[in-house]
Amino acid sequence: MLPKPHGGTLINRVLHEKERILDSLREMPNLEISKDVAVDIENIAYGAFSPLQGFMCQNDYLSVLDSMRLEDDTPWTIPVVLDGLREKLKENEIKEGDAVLLSHEGVSIALLNIEEIFDYNKKDHADKVFQTTDATHPGVRKTYQMGDVLIGGDIELINGIPNPFEQYTLRPIETRILFKELGWRTVVGFQTRNAPHLGHEYVQKTALTFVDGLFINPVIGRKKRGDFRDEVILKAYEELIRNYYLKDRAVLAILRTEMRYAGPKEAIFHAIVRKNFGCTHFIVGRDHAGVGNYYQPYEAQEIFSEFPDLGITPVFFKEFYYCKKCYGYVNERICPHEGEDIIPPSGTKIRKMLTNGKIPPKEMMRPEVAEIILNFDNPFIE
Amino acid sequence: MSEKPERKYTTVSIPVQLYEKIKERIEGTGFTSVSDYVTYVLREVLASLEEEEKEEVFSKEEEEKVKERLRALGYLD
Repeated sequence: MLPKPHGGTLINRVLHEKERILDSLREMPNLEISKDVAVDIENIAYGAFSPLQGFMCQNDYLSVLDSMRLEDDTPWTIPVVLDGLREKLKENEIKEGDAVLLSHEGVSIALLNIEEIFDYNKKDHADKVFQTTDATHPGVRKTYQMGDVLIGGDIELINGIPNPFEQYTLRPIETRILFKELGWRTVVGFQTRNAPHLGHEYVQKTALTFVDGLFINPVIGRKKRGDFRDEVILKAYEELIRNYYLKDRAVLAILRTEMRYAGPKEAIFHAIVRKNFGCTHFIVGRDHAGVGNYYQPYEAQEIFSEFPDLGITPVFFKEFYYCKKCYGYVNERICPHEGEDIIPPSGTKIRKMLTNGKIPPKEMMRPEVAEIILNFDNPFIE
Repeated sequence: MSEKPERKYTTVSIPVQLYEKIKERIEGTGFTSVSDYVTYVLREVLASLEEEEKEEVFSKEEEEKVKERLRALGYLD
């Protein structure tokens, strides 16, 4: 049986009677928001971030920072907040209790019913979410660039922003109905921000051996330099699934949100989101959502022991690699060999080879996948 | 602007013998207090009870609309 959404109910905050309020929208104060925020408003509105109904108010925000739980004790590890500038709010006479229009580049995105405007400490935020205050960490850097206050309150979605990957976009209600139609009672979710190499494939297929279906759910959105471009990831996965997966056992759809690079805390957040999509299990590998050396290789697995009430089962894996002596893909839990005998599918090496127009060895990446990637002029973010 | 709130706790009573048993059991584990252990176990129990509840049911109309889109996108035949 598919799990209930996080918090018990799949949230729907899509405004259905737009026409009725169009006139009043013109009168409303307007706040310009970033693309990242606009995308996350859609995630809230369609229930991917259930039970959130909007941007966090202070009690939830502080509870998430201090206890990794919402105020009502529901597990939650990443603050979902809207920042602003106190001066600007004052200038526009925006205050608690007001309804404001959130827009992005001229598009009306959502209504926000402001419940609270509150101060916060950026260093404390960075330290508790990213476990570092080092401004070279991409998540910390972004935190330091945020406005000086946070604005909490429920939202109602008016319009989504243009989505170049609409054909790969499924909302939680859609995946839940799809899984049911496919007859899946157990589903393992796989989070990725990479084009697939053999290591990813074996992790997915090992997990798939024990459940009914695999939900491959790449994160599409702001990432860091050197990461694969979104369209490359999608085309590479399509090719892999076409050639190497059973049609009724794997579904590919995207999750539009930015990578936070918050390591262990983001792993919990990723699991919660996949639970909302209907997954019963979630794969957590090495250095999940990590960056640089900020987190221990398996820290993102260890944190799950703090959440007996998460409602989704994590599936932990060590890294898979090719062993010349075992003639296949293995990991350190099942293979006694090491050194020259093993070929790890190193992401750095694969990137380097692809950058030089070379197809990586077949022990690292499927040739069909490599060819698809090489068809792109520039497969990496600059 | 609002004041900083504090996380709230309350007290429940358990038999002293049970408290002593738990205290002994958590020695050398990651639990730093009996309260931590009891909180963990209760969260686990409540979550498993919630799992047994029925899954969400969508209206027929809603379900048909979704299936139509899934077919159009090629996810369903």
